[in-house]
Amino acid sequence: MTKKKTFGNAAFYIGNTLIALIFVSPLIWMISSSLKPEAQIFKGLNSLSTFIPTEASLNNYVEVFQRINMWKFIGNSLFYVLVIILLDLLVNSICGYALAKFEFKGKNLLLTLVISLMVFPAEAIMLPMYREMADLGWINSWASLIVPFVAKCFSIYMFRQFFLDIPDELLEAASIDGCGPVRTFFQVVMPISGTVYATIFILDFVAHWNDFMWPLLVVTGEEKRTIQLAIQTFFGSKPINYGPIMASLTISAIPMLLMFIFLQKYYVEGIASTGIKG
Amino acid sequence: MQKTVNKASERKAAYIFILPAVVLLAAFLIYPSLQTVRYAFTDYNIMRPDRIVFCGFNNFAELFQDKDFWIAVKNTLYFTILVVPFQTVLALALALLISSRRRGVSIFRAAYFSPQVTSMVVVAILWTVMYNSSPDSGLLNALLVNLGLEPCGFLNDPKTAMNSIIFMSAWQGAGYQMMIFLAGLQGISAEQYEAASIDGAGKIASFFYVTLPGLKNVIQYVVMITVIQAMKLFTQPYVMTKGGPQNSTRTLVYYIYEQGFQKRNFGYACAVAAVFFVIVISLSLGMKKIIKAE
Repeated sequence: MTKKKTFGNAAFYIGNTLIALIFVSPLIWMISSSLKPEAQIFKGLNSLSTFIPTEASLNNYVEVFQRINMWKFIGNSLFYVLVIILLDLLVNSICGYALAKFEFKGKNLLLTLVISLMVFPAEAIMLPMYREMADLGWINSWASLIVPFVAKCFSIYMFRQFFLDIPDELLEAASIDGCGPVRTFFQVVMPISGTVYATIFILDFVAHWNDFMWPLLVVTGEEKRTIQLAIQTFFGSKPINYGPIMASLTISAIPMLLMFIFLQKYYVEGIASTGIKG
Repeated sequence: MQKTVNKASERKAAYIFILPAVVLLAAFLIYPSLQTVRYAFTDYNIMRPDRIVFCGFNNFAELFQDKDFWIAVKNTLYFTILVVPFQTVLALALALLISSRRRGVSIFRAAYFSPQVTSMVVVAILWTVMYNSSPDSGLLNALLVNLGLEPCGFLNDPKTAMNSIIFMSAWQGAGYQMMIFLAGLQGISAEQYEAASIDGAGKIASFFYVTLPGLKNVIQYVVMITVIQAMKLFTQPYVMTKGGPQNSTRTLVYYIYEQGFQKRNFGYACAVAAVFFVIVISLSLGMKKIIKAE
């Protein structure tokens, strides 16, 4: 029995290590290439040494920061994504709360609408959206990156599902203490709902950090350029040196990596709960 | 008395609470949707936004004659039909590999999930470099040659370009579905496996008789979100191939983008968008119906 167990353990660790290494090898190659001098990157591609930088240096990273304003583009993305998230957390949580705990006319209609619009493909409406932005004078402004994406049916639904589980007795107790419904929400409900806020935060962050098509349409200059647009532009701009390109890719992955490390638990829970409840 | 006061103040609070979301959804989801339909019946050109003439079903009539449109439909469906099973099976396999309580599992989980933490644009650029058709500058071709195989054109060959995008997309996306499967696997109780093993079921049999049925709902959900996501394919062809070579990776969303913003046929692009919308919604409703019917 123990022999069988040891064998199982060995198979588990050796198998997973091999598969995991193959699985992440493109990313290892990206980082390894970003540390190599240009002439070394495509040398010895057919040997395992391509994954190990022998003459590692940060020169490519220095070149990226010399050629483009990487800090600004990361800052731009962080800024608009965080503003979207903060507004999303407020606007959608109060709406989800109303749908979970209040009685009002049109509640069922709104709920049906929210659920059916959850699968709405935003790509289908981007043309009139673009026109709308132009009419509002919002092209190439923060507003065009932020405002259309604040209200989100998915977030409303997630918040509603969470708030449904909050016991009514708690709300009644607050009301007996003289709390109005609005104050009850902000002072009683919000403080005990950290999990759902953290989950939406990280799901939103990942989704919007990846934004590509919409910024491509509404952002025209360098002023508001997002990180994804920046690396895409850098990829196509001369001189095409692959070392700096790989460095730019690596840099742009860092903010999301950090976010993931800190909020991993909520992200995993968020993904899992969408699957089980959905 | 107290109760009615409460009810009234509750109703007032409710309307205040839903107001911002409702206004924003109306302005940036409902309104542009209606506009899509409206523009689809016009000859709207982005260069002359003040002269929009109603043209009936002209755009739709044109659309059905438009070879490029049908190629885009075909490419989008091809991508979806191949990437969905491939990515789902890959995700399930990864989830099974690490559904264990052993120490250090979280390291493997993070590894399988890592492409997901890297953005699609990053991954697309990286793989464009790796897919280089020369074995001297393309990592994957160097590998093929090492294994004694012929080098492959990958993104340069219309026969393999879409398959290359499918392979990369499944690799990037599988981590997400894997997480959902992992949660689903935890929902299957140990007793069910024990019962199966008492009945003499081996590993493979218990996979088919316990794991798969236990994951049925999760699999349906995963397939549904993967289909919808796949139908929206845009970033990969935009970054990697610009829809080429020979239109082999031009998708519906790419075509909408191209018609609307590069060729400036706004009205026509809206007609394509409307058709795209109908396809996506009927697919998701259809799948929901199948799920419900069971």
